[in-house]
Amino acid sequence: MGESLHSLFGDYLAVLLGTVIGFFLVFTALVATRVLAPFSPEREKGTTYECGMLPLRRASTNIGVRFYLYAILFVLFDVEAVFLFPWMLSFVELGAAAYYQMLLFILVLGAGLAYAWKKGALQWR
Amino acid sequence: MNGDIFGLEINIWLDALVRLGLAVALMTVVVMALIYLERKVIARFQQRLGPTRTGPAGILQSPADALKLLGKEDLRPKNADPWVFELAPYFVFIPIFLVFVAIPFAFDWQIRVLELGLLYVLAVSSINIVGWVMAGWGSDNRYAMLGALRAAAQGISYELPLVLALVAVAMVVSLPGDVRGSLNLVEIVAEQGHIPYIVWQPLAFAIFYIAMLAELNRTPFDIPVGESEVVGGPFVEYSGIRWSMFFLGEYTALLLLSLRGAAVFLGGWAWPLGEEVADQNAALGLLYQFTLTAAKAGVLIFTIFWVRATMPRLRVDQLMAFSWKVLLPLTFAQIAANGLVLVYGWPDVVLLAASGGGLVLLAVIIDRAVRRPTPRPGLPSGGLEGEAVR
Repeated sequence: MGESLHSLFGDYLAVLLGTVIGFFLVFTALVATRVLAPFSPEREKGTTYECGMLPLRRASTNIGVRFYLYAILFVLFDVEAVFLFPWMLSFVELGAAAYYQMLLFILVLGAGLAYAWKKGALQWR
Repeated sequence: MNGDIFGLEINIWLDALVRLGLAVALMTVVVMALIYLERKVIARFQQRLGPTRTGPAGILQSPADALKLLGKEDLRPKNADPWVFELAPYFVFIPIFLVFVAIPFAFDWQIRVLELGLLYVLAVSSINIVGWVMAGWGSDNRYAMLGALRAAAQGISYELPLVLALVAVAMVVSLPGDVRGSLNLVEIVAEQGHIPYIVWQPLAFAIFYIAMLAELNRTPFDIPVGESEVVGGPFVEYSGIRWSMFFLGEYTALLLLSLRGAAVFLGGWAWPLGEEVADQNAALGLLYQFTLTAAKAGVLIFTIFWVRATMPRLRVDQLMAFSWKVLLPLTFAQIAANGLVLVYGWPDVVLLAASGGGLVLLAVIIDRAVRRPTPRPGLPSGGLEGEAVR
């Protein structure tokens, strides 16, 4: 128990260190460009790069509903994927019943996908 | 607690640090080489020369570009949200870099052996979509916003086939003692000494490859970064070295996804004869295993460049429909078929038959779609009232 916890700590220590190293890779690049690059702010340089005229409103306002539809569908199926991971590691030992239960789960979600398809939710418009 | 590297017993923190440092060095060199090679390969496909001026045959082009980018002024638009804009490069790069932790390069050559390596890799690498959305949202630019939304929609749609295709192949992994299923990438590679899993799971490989192209935002799935539509996508407003962080992230993701594909489907360092050569001569075996990994990842990367030179860009409705209506049902069918074969202990040839049948079906669907493309939606052929039901 103690030994396996220690090795788990050792394994995910690399993840923690990797996060720190990744942060410093980006950070040093940005500091280096502060030191090396010219820096002369002008009003014109701060304008939005669109079509030469100043944009009228902020860009982050209205977003099409279709994006939310896909996001909801994604959450459903991603949760299913999370359930699949422990199942796939153990269903052979658990036997046929475990397989058919997961098959039922997949079929229920498949029916949901078929319903969304029939309703036109998968049609990009 | 001590780790063991180069036969030396060293502190576990130092051990992780040395391994991660090697990964950083590898990443820097390979990304520069990939940028140069992509330009050369695409140039050959288009009967041009590509970069030739900087150094012999232009090989110093990438370092020269990096230096130039370092010397460029780093601009931030006045309307941009300062925090979101500044933090976006971190959120794009760090998750991609973290994937290195679990990738096996040769026998006992990886940063860490994670028992849930595949799950870890999938979980970490999908965070970078958040960085793309942050870049688009923080820039306060309509092109960037549209590009970020497209990137998010495409990223989450193709995430599912990618994850489920890898689940399908991880189910098939057979360990000693009649145990099936493993998420440990090192084990997955080591078990492919005789036959790589692409043989048993060709459909899963095809789906993985297509979803990989989409996750990398590469042709034919490059609408989030389409120059002619959204002038470069989420990072329109980025300049200088801050922009190059996105570029670095993209090519690192290309390298790591190819390495992942090589490890899971093509046998990584183990096939063919990886362990046998190492048994004969340790040093030669190590070299051979590194070469195998690099060659397989290199072939995948070359085909990605090739696809870029060949295919036109998909339309957004075709792209979403392909993921949700074709790839997702096929991956579920693949998982269900695999489960049936494994739970009743049927021979592995049945796996090949089921997956091969699915691959033929996928090819037929793609062929039909290419011959008879669906009409563009939104054209006045009825149903302009904006109703939800078709």
